[in-house]
Amino acid sequence: MENGVAISSRGLVKTFDTREGTVRAVDGLDLTVRRGETFGLIGPDGAGKTTATRVILGLLRRSAGESHILGYDSMRDTYEIRERVGYIAQQFALPADLTVMENMRFFASVQGVSRREQARRIPELLGFAGLSAFGDRLAGRLSGGMKKKLALACSLVHEPQVLMLDEPTLGVDPVSRREFWEMLGDLRAEKGVTIFFCTPYMDEAERCDWVGLIYEGCLIAHDSPEAIKKKVPGRLLEFTPSDFVPAWRAVEEMDGVLEVQTYGAMLHVFVDDVARRREEIETAMATQGITCQGTREIEPRMEEAFISLIRRQ
Amino acid sequence: MRKRFKRIGALIQKESIQIVRDWRTLLMVLLLPVLEMFLFAYAVSLTVDHIPTAVADMSMDSQSQAFVNALIASGYFDVETYVADEKAAVRAIDEGQVRAGIVIPPDFSARVARGDAQVLVLLDGSDSSTVSSGYSAALAVAQARGMELVVEKVNRMGMGALGGGPSGDVTALPIATSMRVLYNPARDDMIFVVPGLTAILLQVMAIGQAAVAVVRERELGVDEQILISPARPLEILVGKMAPNLVLIVVDMLIIVLFGIFWFGVPFRGNPWVFGWLSLLFIVSGLGLGLLISTVAKTQKQAQQITMLFMMLCMLLTGLIYPREPMPLLVRAVGNLIPATYFVRIARGIITKGVGVSFMWRDVAILVGYSVLVMVLAATTFKKRLD
Repeated sequence: MENGVAISSRGLVKTFDTREGTVRAVDGLDLTVRRGETFGLIGPDGAGKTTATRVILGLLRRSAGESHILGYDSMRDTYEIRERVGYIAQQFALPADLTVMENMRFFASVQGVSRREQARRIPELLGFAGLSAFGDRLAGRLSGGMKKKLALACSLVHEPQVLMLDEPTLGVDPVSRREFWEMLGDLRAEKGVTIFFCTPYMDEAERCDWVGLIYEGCLIAHDSPEAIKKKVPGRLLEFTPSDFVPAWRAVEEMDGVLEVQTYGAMLHVFVDDVARRREEIETAMATQGITCQGTREIEPRMEEAFISLIRRQ
Repeated sequence: MRKRFKRIGALIQKESIQIVRDWRTLLMVLLLPVLEMFLFAYAVSLTVDHIPTAVADMSMDSQSQAFVNALIASGYFDVETYVADEKAAVRAIDEGQVRAGIVIPPDFSARVARGDAQVLVLLDGSDSSTVSSGYSAALAVAQARGMELVVEKVNRMGMGALGGGPSGDVTALPIATSMRVLYNPARDDMIFVVPGLTAILLQVMAIGQAAVAVVRERELGVDEQILISPARPLEILVGKMAPNLVLIVVDMLIIVLFGIFWFGVPFRGNPWVFGWLSLLFIVSGLGLGLLISTVAKTQKQAQQITMLFMMLCMLLTGLIYPREPMPLLVRAVGNLIPATYFVRIARGIITKGVGVSFMWRDVAILVGYSVLVMVLAATTFKKRLD
């Protein structure tokens, strides 16, 4: 077992046989997550995030390649992995007809946590999740955000070293989302838990130590967020043109413009030299009778980086 | 090892909480069998009496009239009309005016004196209950009077008697009918029905509970969260089955006690033997339910398949309709249902009071069935999603 590596995969492949033929949901995935790190697997719908996560966990049969968690092989040492890892599935569903307390006790007992330890950990975790007052509420009667927090609490009751979350904040309101990430932050700081999560939300990638951009089954980037954002060449100009489509067409053709992305009613233009090209663009727009509003340079974010990287595939 | 017990304990506890919390379903599982028993007792009649009958008395002497009177006195035949001859009687049945016909040939008294009197009984073949009842009753009366009875089944719509031409051959009637008469001299339906009904009800309940328990979790996605725990597939299986086994055993006690104390069904055999065998039988039912759960993708599908099973149980296990006259293929399908064997075992123990040695074949098959079905079910419980 390599020291310091919590999760790893080499050339991971997962194929499904469907009516339309064989689908390669995961196509040669190489990733490494170090202990104590927060790793984000970022990618659009259908990129293979959930499938990859499930294969690494041993919930799906691996078609080819290697995958390990804490040195244990996903296929051979499935139960060892399950004793040391906490997981919240995308369609996470806890038994809705059990109360919060019963759920916690069930997951604790099934993980072999002793009665004494349960008495200590369960109140602590419920407090941590803000659910102390809801011990006797049926799990099905909780709000969406609270259900997720309960799922988190249940997945932590056996003090796992690795936590794997599949789109944990999907469909959760912004306030609960922030609370959820605060909880994870505390977890990381206090217990040094390795956190691996999948998300289609690019802004959540900013919270990671390390990011894997996944597209069509393999990683197109595997780096820190800053490094990924730097991969996009040039500097980023943003403005709102009064006449969208002609502006877009015109700007794309101009010299020094490396890439144009649309963002709502705004154009994001990657240029090689901000000062020079800004003037040129404004002039070009003016000649066409298009005004530019709110022109400014912005820092490229994960979204822009991602779109740029995908385009280059 | 202790961890294994802890895991199984947690799974059993969870399943039990879920069963009890769903009190509506719990109530149904416990009370539905009682309701069905009441339906069978008071709404459904397996014995048909007061059968509308046409009489063709071609002798019109004291003996023939005495015979007809004996038939009427038995309560099973109500003479609707007097007709001239056999043909007229058949026509009366065809037209639906009557459901049975009695034809007494001429010189009846003389033949009775000689000891070779024959009476022809025509029975509406489209209704097997009528046939069974009519046959039993007429036979009883005839035997009491020491004469031979020729029985014909006449198919309505003039399609001719079953198994032969219009004038018909003598059709063999099932042995089960006489068995009924043997052990059920007062021919009280519920005594006959309760043991077999117990089997069917337990079968359907066990299958339904097992199938739904598994499919419901799969439908909601709960199964993935349980799968990610270190619980082994076998442990998950035991955790699901144990509480449901207890539930169905409670059901069995309710049904049997109700049968004994309300309907007055005599329990002639050994209750302990019955208890153990019924446990075995319930296990086979649960196993079948688990197998169904591997095929059914949604709860609705599971329910539909359970319904289908209920139909098959009602028709093919020998509860109502005897199995002997069934075509080979149909009987083979019935052989695949565990209830078929338990109906015999239940009747054997409760109604006849026989020991296991008389039914060892059925018991052996039930044991083999339970083991097979459980093994199959266990292999379908995987430790992965695919």
